[in-house]
Amino acid sequence: MAAWKAGLASAVLGISVWQLVVWGTGVPRFILPGPDLVARTIWTSRALLAEHAMITVAEVLIGLGLGAILGAVSAVALAASPLARALVRPMLVFSQAIPVFALAPLLTLWLGYGLASKVFMALIIIYFPVTSSFFDALMRTNPDWLRLARVMGGGRARVMWHIRIPAALPGFASGLRLAAVYAPIGAIIGEWVGASKGLGYLMLLANGRAKTDLMFAALIVLAVFTILLHATISELAKRLLEDR
Amino acid sequence: MIPSPALHLRGTAEVGGMPVFENIALNAEGGEWTCILGSSGVGKSTILKLFAGIDDEIRLNGTVEAADGPLAGRVALMAQDDMLLPWLSVRENALLGARLRGSKPDRDRLENVLVRVGLADMADRRPRELSGGQRQRVALARVLMENRLIVLLDEPFSALDARTRAQMQELTAALLLGRTVILVTHDPAEAARLGHRILIMYRNGIVEFPVPSGPVPRACDARDVLTAQAELLTRLREDDAWQGRNILEPTQ
Repeated sequence: MAAWKAGLASAVLGISVWQLVVWGTGVPRFILPGPDLVARTIWTSRALLAEHAMITVAEVLIGLGLGAILGAVSAVALAASPLARALVRPMLVFSQAIPVFALAPLLTLWLGYGLASKVFMALIIIYFPVTSSFFDALMRTNPDWLRLARVMGGGRARVMWHIRIPAALPGFASGLRLAAVYAPIGAIIGEWVGASKGLGYLMLLANGRAKTDLMFAALIVLAVFTILLHATISELAKRLLEDR
Repeated sequence: MIPSPALHLRGTAEVGGMPVFENIALNAEGGEWTCILGSSGVGKSTILKLFAGIDDEIRLNGTVEAADGPLAGRVALMAQDDMLLPWLSVRENALLGARLRGSKPDRDRLENVLVRVGLADMADRRPRELSGGQRQRVALARVLMENRLIVLLDEPFSALDARTRAQMQELTAALLLGRTVILVTHDPAEAARLGHRILIMYRNGIVEFPVPSGPVPRACDARDVLTAQAELLTRLREDDAWQGRNILEPTQ
């Protein structure tokens, strides 16, 4: 409850500073619209915002789901096989040296202007954090448990399924929490490069027409969605993993 | 029931090029409790690892065997850390071995074992809801479910309070009756109560210590047990002095 109150107080503080800057400097509203104007725009353009938000939300959720599955499978494969580790890990690290932003135009070229290129963008941006945090956790299984399993005569696949994976789920959950914040970034970048729908597209459109208040409105809708997504995943992880 | 086999270990062991013990000859009689005492780092746990087959980092120049055949698949292990999986219930933890081998869990036997270790009404609880003594009883139930003739105990009672420890010693002695047990312990009182044989281990050999009279588990307050306990402690401290250690001075 205290954290909830602190969050609210922090929001009030931020909005107050924002409003004070607008009043104090007297900047025109196409440069920096005040919070009151943005709030009114969110209300009056709610249908437009909702329509575009639906698209972005779909991209993020599909990307997150696919990225989580792919990341989990990769992490287990890497943890199970030393050969896979030797071959794939350097590639994974190298892939992190490529700025994902640079890939966006390429993805649009390959996958088109629709949903697929944004989903894929969200997927690749979260793939590494999910894989890496789950893999690290899989490699840190309590060695006593593994020794016990050996004395019991447990098979490798069963030890993986019954001990290593359940023990590593908190690591997987922290990867997903990061992914909840990264996935919207991926989707938005994808929309900036080429799209006709979505909050990212709306932001570019509003910016081009000097409708800065609408741009801010889209930004705030996106931020609220991201925070809700992160909070939902954290809460789910906490409930499902309360034994640990 | 097939008689529990005697165990033999002889030879010299190294871990990472560093010698752990030299020219040891250890014989544990079948169906008896053999207690091993000795100062830290003398290789007591190494002996258990060799018998358990979790010996990747140990280089043994010698032999480790059961009198009647191979050791693999015939050993159960219980240690100071209960090694319970926190996400599994008491019942599921006790059945872990069957799960890991992909064999059909024996539910009837499980209910029987849970009654015998006194956990029948806690079968669905998680480890975090249990006390230290209760958790060790789950570990004991897991050993009993494995139903192996050879049981290796690595200081299983050392983290328990005195009363719980005495209870656990009696329960374990009763339930592991007839199996070949090797107990590594730091506690002279425990060895005096539980050992059919008591061995003191040094870096270069093993010395047998005469056991107190009476069947195992012996009473904590029996005169013989108390005398043996005191003598064992004296012997262990002489070992420290022989190694030039003095607890009043900081160790390097």
